[in-house]
Amino acid sequence: MHFDDDEKQKLIEEVHAVVTVRDAKHTNFVEFRNFKIVYRRYAGLYFCICVDVNDNNLAYLEAIHNFVEVLNEFFHNVCELDLVFNFYKVYSVVDEMFLAGEIRETSQTKVLKQLLMLSSLE
Amino acid sequence: MPAVKGDGMRGLAVFISDIRNCKSKEAEIKRINKELANIRSKFKGDKTLDGYQKKKYVCKLLFIFLLGHDIDFGHMEAVNLLSSNKYTEKQIGYLFISVLISASSDLMKLVIQCIRNDLVSRNPIHITLALQCVANIGSREMAESLSIDIPSLLVSGDTIDSVKQSAALTLLRLLRTAPELQMGEWTSRIIHLLNDQHMGVVTSAASLIEALVKKNPEEYKGCVSLAVSRLSRIVTSSYTDLQDYTYYFVPAPWLSVKLLRLLQNYPPPEDPSVRTRLTECLETILNKAQEPPKSKKVQHSNAKNAVLFEAINLIIHMDSDPNLLVRACNQLGQFLQHKETNLRYLALESMCLLATSEFSHEAVKKHQDTVITALKTERDVSVRQRAVDLLYAMCDRTNAEEIVGEMLEYLETADYSIREEMVLKVAILAEKYAVDYTWYVDVILNLIRIAGDYVSEEVWYRVIQIVINRDDVQGYAAKTVFEALQAPACHENMVKVGGYILGEFGNLIAGDPRSSPIVQFQLLHSKYHLCSPSTRGLLLSTYIKFINLFPEIKPQIQEILGSKNNMRNPDVELQQRSIEYLQLSSKATADVLATVLEEMPPFPERESSILAKLKKKKPSSVAETAIETTKEHKAMPAAQINSDGQPTLQISSPSSAGSADLLGLDIGGMSAPVDSSSSGGGGQSASDLLVDILGGPVPGGIGGGVGVGTTNGLDSSGLTVGAEENFLKFITKLNGVLYENDLLQIGVKAEYRQNLGRVGLFYGNKTSFQFTQFTTSISCPGQLSTHILYK
Repeated sequence: MHFDDDEKQKLIEEVHAVVTVRDAKHTNFVEFRNFKIVYRRYAGLYFCICVDVNDNNLAYLEAIHNFVEVLNEFFHNVCELDLVFNFYKVYSVVDEMFLAGEIRETSQTKVLKQLLMLSSLE
Repeated sequence: MPAVKGDGMRGLAVFISDIRNCKSKEAEIKRINKELANIRSKFKGDKTLDGYQKKKYVCKLLFIFLLGHDIDFGHMEAVNLLSSNKYTEKQIGYLFISVLISASSDLMKLVIQCIRNDLVSRNPIHITLALQCVANIGSREMAESLSIDIPSLLVSGDTIDSVKQSAALTLLRLLRTAPELQMGEWTSRIIHLLNDQHMGVVTSAASLIEALVKKNPEEYKGCVSLAVSRLSRIVTSSYTDLQDYTYYFVPAPWLSVKLLRLLQNYPPPEDPSVRTRLTECLETILNKAQEPPKSKKVQHSNAKNAVLFEAINLIIHMDSDPNLLVRACNQLGQFLQHKETNLRYLALESMCLLATSEFSHEAVKKHQDTVITALKTERDVSVRQRAVDLLYAMCDRTNAEEIVGEMLEYLETADYSIREEMVLKVAILAEKYAVDYTWYVDVILNLIRIAGDYVSEEVWYRVIQIVINRDDVQGYAAKTVFEALQAPACHENMVKVGGYILGEFGNLIAGDPRSSPIVQFQLLHSKYHLCSPSTRGLLLSTYIKFINLFPEIKPQIQEILGSKNNMRNPDVELQQRSIEYLQLSSKATADVLATVLEEMPPFPERESSILAKLKKKKPSSVAETAIETTKEHKAMPAAQINSDGQPTLQISSPSSAGSADLLGLDIGGMSAPVDSSSSGGGGQSASDLLVDILGGPVPGGIGGGVGVGTTNGLDSSGLTVGAEENFLKFITKLNGVLYENDLLQIGVKAEYRQNLGRVGLFYGNKTSFQFTQFTTSISCPGQLSTHILYK
């Protein structure tokens, strides 16, 4: 799907509004436009994935966790600041694990190996 | 500030720190503008920047953009970075372009050229960066330019695993942008990726293959057996086998889910060994769910359950093994009361699908009480909504009253966001399962009372249609409506319904002094001024009907009709009605009046517009099997009887009496045969004719040259006697056996979505002989052809 720049910004705000009002008694899935958002909260950060209505909720919930565990390993006990200061590297992690809107690689070992190799490059 | 490793850009880190330290929005904007000016001047400057500088500045621009500010320069510099040989520089260049796609086509051409160069560079890191860029942007231009490069990269023997992974998904992206791309020559190689020894490649390829399968299931059906065997190997592996791909003691959960989804694009496998293997797989998954968990962590149970739910989806999709279906239902039943909200939610959702399968419908009903409790106690509204959907799906004649009662009760306190949908559902259920129509009237009037604002026109039109068409309920309706109107705060929709019904049938209760004509009139009129013009218009019509029914109160009514308020009402419709009705009442004789205002005749049976409205609102949640669309009702009487009473049988007759030739019948009137999986709503008439011919005297195969000149046992609706039951089954259920005799079994599987329908007819040969020259065809009888388009 293609959005231009202010549509993107609006999307971000909408998702934020939908997700942050939910608490523990809610499920981790919420309908959003014609899709659904699977999300999980880690301290002050919400990791959200927007998927099709017929996609497998729990699979994507754990995909988020898998991703977070990789971030944690890669940045050595990751915190929000790590993600902000190294934002361009976070994209690399994403592209290792998710591409074209699908799950690309799920082995943490393989992903970390690749990332470590890339960070040694000039 | 976290330490920047290696070649990290210090300037960037400093900049980010500055921004974060800004105390106010204005300060932040000021700092950003300062930096933008700095970068602009550096880019325009005489000194050419080195790679590191360019990278740093482009990265800063990107950061500023991500903060939410507009960036209108830097694209050229980013493109320049693409030609660098250094990974970090290339990466930033590609990243900037992916995030801030420039509209300029010149730049895009340049980018694609750089991508091309990288794709042939033989450097896997560069190739991967290029692929990622294509996958992230996926523009049409890219799709068209790279439509050969990407697939060849994917299937080439030289390509390393990680590049294959990226290429597969990049190709998927291109296919989504440009669906017309042909994969022809690469098909079998792509399918074969499912057998790759690298699980990551299989994971990526599975998504690609699923998309290809959806477009062209026939071409890719080779993937079914590969998928089943892969899945089987995963599911039966111990967790030391798949080291890298085991997640919290669950072997390859995401790949399992993908494979299970892939299989949902096909019917159950024909090959018995594949089928058995798949069944074993599914049973293993169900069994594992019952074993004690290997870990207490929620990740373990989520991963395990992700696979479980997808397996259940597949079981529901195949809808072929009653044992699996019942087991699935029981498993979901356990989840209904799980302490985790996620699981209860998913169980309710999946059970909805199970409720529509004939094998498991009864099993689902057992959980009715649990679902009703969920409706009342769940704290997340979306979970309550799933409970409503499930109640709707599991509703049938045996539990309709109870379920409708519960839904009405819930409606009183329901969230506004789901009220309209609930109203529609209650109305549909009440109509569908009403044995006693007084109950139906009660339900609808209750609906109006509880949720009047959400009762759309379709609903109250329908109740009036039904009351008009059914004599036995008219008196009851009049009485009930009268009582309802007496409530102090009465919804306007109630006034509309009440006004109409009393206008038609007020005479049925006029005998009782409590509801004498003048009382009725006064009751209605007391609401008059509170109503909108359209309702008032309806009431005026009621008043003139009253004049006809109850001449004794004519003067009072005429007084109202003639009042200044009405005669000079700013609303033109009201003015017109009151003037004309007044004239009508004074000028016309009693006979004329009676003729003009005769009781409304029964409405012709037509499709429930409520159903159409519900489908429009929530296409995914309508349980299609449970609903009879009256479209098929229309098809029934239109079965083929041509003018001389001879059925025009659209089955081609072989001219030679061959061996075991079922259709050794001499029949005229052929229309174009189509292949045996016919589709479209008109398929129904072919099947009932096929039913007919086989229900009639069958020559038993050999040497049959029997001419069928008689009506062949057809009854008036064009069906063989005894086929009614199956015919009804066909209308009401989406799949099952339509007809069966010693020679042939016809199964049907249908799918409807909004205005599209697909009907598959499956012919099973029960004899040990082969059928020759067996064809079928469909035709669309006269009036239906304007309503249904079939292919």
